[in-house]
Amino acid sequence: MDSVVVHLHAAVSLLGRFPALAGVDLDVAAGEVVLMQGPNGAGKTTLLRMCAGLVPVVDGEASVLGHDLRRDRRSVRRHVALLGHATGLYDDLTVADNLRFVARATRTASPVSVDDALSRLGLAGRLASVQAFRLSAGQRRRVAVAALLLRSADLWLLDEPHAGLDADGRERLDQLVADAAGAGTTVLVASHELDRARALASRVVTMAGGQVRANTPAGVVGVA
Amino acid sequence: MAGKDLRIELRSRVATNQVGPFALLVLILFAFALDPDRGVLGQAAAGLFWVAVLFCALLAIQRSFAVESTDGARDNLRLSGLDPAGIFLGKAAAVAAELAALEVILGTGVVVLYNRSLHGPVLLVVTCVLATIGLAAAGTLYGALAAGLRVRETLLPLLLLPVVAPVLLAATRASEAALGTGSGDGWAWVRLLGVFAVIYVAFGVVAFGPLLEESS
Repeated sequence: MDSVVVHLHAAVSLLGRFPALAGVDLDVAAGEVVLMQGPNGAGKTTLLRMCAGLVPVVDGEASVLGHDLRRDRRSVRRHVALLGHATGLYDDLTVADNLRFVARATRTASPVSVDDALSRLGLAGRLASVQAFRLSAGQRRRVAVAALLLRSADLWLLDEPHAGLDADGRERLDQLVADAAGAGTTVLVASHELDRARALASRVVTMAGGQVRANTPAGVVGVA
Repeated sequence: MAGKDLRIELRSRVATNQVGPFALLVLILFAFALDPDRGVLGQAAAGLFWVAVLFCALLAIQRSFAVESTDGARDNLRLSGLDPAGIFLGKAAAVAAELAALEVILGTGVVVLYNRSLHGPVLLVVTCVLATIGLAAAGTLYGALAAGLRVRETLLPLLLLPVVAPVLLAATRASEAALGTGSGDGWAWVRLLGVFAVIYVAFGVVAFGPLLEESS
């Protein structure tokens, strides 16, 4: 496989004493969009958080973008963008201030400015100066997606990215994912909205019990 | 980091609408409690001032980490790639700035309510600066330690108050000298405050990163 971005071999990660990932094998090449499907508790979220360097790998091999997660999981964080269940917004800051903080904190030379990101998610204008606690759940989700663009990451990790978004927001998100993949960004998507996510994906990984149970091209229906 | 935390406080107005009035309320309640003997109130002014500052510091520190606990902000902070030492210094600087503003309010309250006058303004200013640095640094460190725990609101005072007791003692003695109510050498206590400030800041710079990881 050319230019492997994610390499996991028998990777184990614990949530407390519970093995949320019980020996995962997965390789993802640069520019791929991989859909991860599976029932609740299958380990999708933990796998994404592990790839982001947020949860430790206690056994097996795990490297992301060339960074060995067992030796140093902090160094990979600057190069990935995670859209998790939470939005990560500061309630008392405005939408624009939240995004400015992301842009300054990440200190990456993103080609996307805060104004561009706001505009691409339909947040420009009055909404930009609204404090985050006044936003609806869908609007907060849009701001979180806008923050992805500011990180200039080589790997996007999207956990139920369509949750809470309206039809327009979903269209915009899908377009952003397609654009990112076209520009060479690797994308891992965990989703229960299989039809929508499968349309974006080049490969479908089915997880259950903290392990990868199937790994098929997107055109083939995976084993649930 | 400091700018972000201060902007949050300016927008939420928690410091100005809640912590500031709380600090003045504490001073007034002390005055009510000791009013029958204004001599005692005057003698105890420095200690009461620093106890009030300490109560406010607990609120400011809890607030500083509460904003990171909402809706996954803490994960975003970890993902930002910011140096943990920088996060520590930024958060401590924001807490210190809030405490400095509160100390001005409380200092004015002490002068007005407790009828005290300044004998050593430079000594008092240096004392406030060093004690504030010590309180903010220790508070930020223990705030991070408590932040990941379910019982953080009640645990933080238990963890922090014993650690900052030396700061309270030294700041009170130095302030007594500055207010003319103490007999000792205030500058000796200031040097001790300087040592505490350096230790707490250095320890925070080193330990904050692992604490941020472990408490997440």
